[in-house]
Amino acid sequence: MPVSPLRAENVSAWFGNRKVLDRVSLDMPAKTVTALIGPSGCGKSTFLRILNRMHESVPSAKLAGEVRLFGNDIYDAGQRVTETRKRIGMVFQKPNPFPAMSIIDNVTAGLKLTGTKVSRSEKAELVERCLRRGGLWDEVKDRLHTSGSSLSGGQQQRLCIARSLAVEPDVLLMDEPCSALDPTSTYRIEQTIAELAPDVTIVIVTHNMQQAARVSQQCAFFLAAQSSPGVIVESGPTDQVFDNPQDQRTSDYVNGRFG
Amino acid sequence: MVAVSDEDLFEDELDPSGPPLASERAFAESKTESKHEPEDQPRSLPRKTLDDRAALWGSALGAVAFVWVIYEHVLMWSGTLGFIVCVWGVFVALYFAVSLSAHPMPIVIDRMAAVVAASGALLIGFALATTIISTFVKGWPAVHHLNFYLHDMGGVSPGTDPLNRGGVRHAMIGSAIEAGIATLISLPLGLGTAIYLSEIGGRSTTLIRTVVEAMTALPDILAGLFVYVLMVILLGLEKSGFAVAIALSVTMVPIIARSAEVALRVVPSGLREASLALGSSRWQTVWRVVLPTARSGLATALILGIARITGETAPLLIVSAANTFTNVNPLHEPMNSLPLYIYSGVRSGQPLFISRAYGAASLLLVLVLVLFIITRLLARKRGRRS
Amino acid sequence: MIDTLWPSEVDEPDEPELDRPRTINPGLDASDRVFRFTARSIGFFVLVLTGSIGLFLGYQAVPTVRHYGLSFFTQTQWLPERDKVGIAAITLGTVEVAVIALAVGFPLALLCALYISEYAPAWLKSTLVSMVDLMAAVPSIIYGLWGFFLLQPRALYLSRWLASYFGWIPIFKVDTDPRAAFWAQTQFTSSAFIAGLCVAMMVIPLACAVMLGVFSQAPLGEREASYALGSTRWGMIRTVVLPFGRGGIIGGTMLGLGRALGETIAVLLIISPAFDIKIAILSNGTQTVSGLIAGSFGEATSTQLTALLAAGFMLFLMTIGINTVAAVFVSRSRSGTGTDI
Repeated sequence: MPVSPLRAENVSAWFGNRKVLDRVSLDMPAKTVTALIGPSGCGKSTFLRILNRMHESVPSAKLAGEVRLFGNDIYDAGQRVTETRKRIGMVFQKPNPFPAMSIIDNVTAGLKLTGTKVSRSEKAELVERCLRRGGLWDEVKDRLHTSGSSLSGGQQQRLCIARSLAVEPDVLLMDEPCSALDPTSTYRIEQTIAELAPDVTIVIVTHNMQQAARVSQQCAFFLAAQSSPGVIVESGPTDQVFDNPQDQRTSDYVNGRFG
Repeated sequence: MVAVSDEDLFEDELDPSGPPLASERAFAESKTESKHEPEDQPRSLPRKTLDDRAALWGSALGAVAFVWVIYEHVLMWSGTLGFIVCVWGVFVALYFAVSLSAHPMPIVIDRMAAVVAASGALLIGFALATTIISTFVKGWPAVHHLNFYLHDMGGVSPGTDPLNRGGVRHAMIGSAIEAGIATLISLPLGLGTAIYLSEIGGRSTTLIRTVVEAMTALPDILAGLFVYVLMVILLGLEKSGFAVAIALSVTMVPIIARSAEVALRVVPSGLREASLALGSSRWQTVWRVVLPTARSGLATALILGIARITGETAPLLIVSAANTFTNVNPLHEPMNSLPLYIYSGVRSGQPLFISRAYGAASLLLVLVLVLFIITRLLARKRGRRS
Repeated sequence: MIDTLWPSEVDEPDEPELDRPRTINPGLDASDRVFRFTARSIGFFVLVLTGSIGLFLGYQAVPTVRHYGLSFFTQTQWLPERDKVGIAAITLGTVEVAVIALAVGFPLALLCALYISEYAPAWLKSTLVSMVDLMAAVPSIIYGLWGFFLLQPRALYLSRWLASYFGWIPIFKVDTDPRAAFWAQTQFTSSAFIAGLCVAMMVIPLACAVMLGVFSQAPLGEREASYALGSTRWGMIRTVVLPFGRGGIIGGTMLGLGRALGETIAVLLIISPAFDIKIAILSNGTQTVSGLIAGSFGEATSTQLTALLAAGFMLFLMTIGINTVAAVFVSRSRSGTGTDI
């Protein structure tokens, strides 16, 4: 049994005095896609942002519990936040390529930002590899020097995925990566996720239950009852959560009775 | 505690005592032992590691100690300014070396950037603080005499008579009259232009806006020159408080017009449409809905304009003449004002007159500070309402 | 009958006429007409008033330029009584003071704006923004006092230091030995350098406020993308904030330049007039257009006055040109296309 690369233990989160997550624990096993589902406002995006320390960029944000990356707590006083974020990449809801940079520069931006040196030949190879893994290579190989913002929304999102892959993260977090995209682009992203899954541990937040069923192997259902913080109601293999839920509320949610 | 009951509900489903990684089922678990839970207090988020702090303070301390020894005792140099510059230089070098020994380049550069940015801000803050403090300190010998506010300079020799004789009453009254007339002229013109630009509009809107915007940057001396040639040379009027007010208006109208237009544009168009839909005319909409809504923004625009013109000096050198007695007639005889009084004081080179000038500068600065604080309060009020 | 008529009607060429937009009667009542008329007249009055300053100065400049011809632009001396008038030296002096002010003010304004928008703790931020506004509101005569009485005696040492170590560069050359034990302090006073330092105090808040406005609009999504890649704060600033804010940085700096070119009173207090083409910024004496107008105005005869007006017109053209370009940069960067410039 391999050690899970990422594991959250008793994670609680606050914004100011409002508690939004209550002692959530979740294990995200290696080389699988874990989907976080649940209605909006249940804290799943907050939970995702806690996993690579983006949570603390909000001034009033507080947190309890531990997040272990290969056994080491990423919130430990000795851990450098930049190193953690380099190893745990993130793709956001809205595509956000750097508009002042070309496609190539966008892909290699992470290397420059983290001070990783690569030779010119390695760089070309790396750009091609990342764009291929992001499923974008064939569409942009002839215009690698054009601005990243000249691409369509779906292409931009895949460029962002390629950009995250360039620093070779152990884990890739995705915060509703398809919610701003059309169905065709969504389909392409889902394909990309499926292709990446054997190499990278992926955690994806999604509102779309069909999407969770399609792309993920593991699934966690978040729910926040009226005026109380979010908790994980049920988690386990995706098939089981969808086909044979143990909790009545999970059953109601996956069958579309609320949310 | 709704959360507890939630968890109690499915306590049976998962085995809380089982080893967490033992089976596929336990791939994830929601915490269920709510009664004997580990403490759930927010932990401190280490934005800075111990290493960050140690490197920063260590370098700072090391730099001070090193420079103190070398500068004062080995090289025998002196001077506070040089000492500070040396400490800063040594500090940056030390901090760089310490960071480089333990961290990759991006973090070293990040630390250097933070130090440089903070130093720049600190330097500007220091310059601003010395400006304000030195004005008040040097003005104190003059302003703590009551006669400074109640008397004018009539019959007083500014450079030889002590500070308990003579005052700036004439300059204060002159400044107030000039600024008052300028405001009376500029407010309707500026506000009218702003209303035209934001509420009526037309083909010439862009032209007017461009010209007004460009004129906010008109060097103040040129406004004075323009008014002088127009009023004194061509129309043959005398140098007077009224001419000054006209020159000040030339600078004030574009300022008010521009900031008032910004204030009017912030008014949501939904309000205008709601008013028009009730059947009121454009005029009533502007008068009863738009202007009251933008009230505090308009007041800010007005105050900024007043603050700007009361300190304006350059045009006064051209269209005004200094006098020593109180004159309340803006159309006849020269009228002194605070900026002009300060300028004459500095130019005289006489220590006592310079003290008087600093006293007048303190008054000017207090006025600007008060106006500034009023704009802040207005802005805060506006912020609360929205 | 109807069957035959109907298709022919469709084919009729004047059919589109039915679909012209009709004129809408605005139905204004009397008060509205008065209101519109008043506001419009005020708008046009202000347009004519402000626009006429430029036209007026330009018109007044014509006889001078015609009288002196090309020598008006090449002559360095300003001796109207001997019929020698030219703006070469004062234009150079104006540009020198403004460039020094920018060379000092631009980096400081940029650093200050970056500190306030990116580094300052949240509780301090709004206070610092207010301080920048306050700094812009302080009258220039007060900065003049500061520059003359406080800055100048101390900046002399900086001048001397520059002259000692960089005296081999022509712009830092001084006609005295800066290393002498009893160095000639008066050679270093009233220089373009010290005037420039003082004017920098007026440039900084202007440029800083514009930069702050643009930096605060740098998109959060891109900031987070940068951090999520493992970037440090400076890495984020370099990849996101600075490229996004480029239009504002350029525009704000140019606004500052416009202000520096027209600044009168601080320059007048500090410099001592000298009408030569000189690039040695550290040594005593220089002159600017606005300083000349304010300084030699008192004893001007009517011919001298037209010469001053011509010089003023040149200053007008410089500042208005620069400010218009600056306004274009700032407005573009605000609308979000700043990154494409």
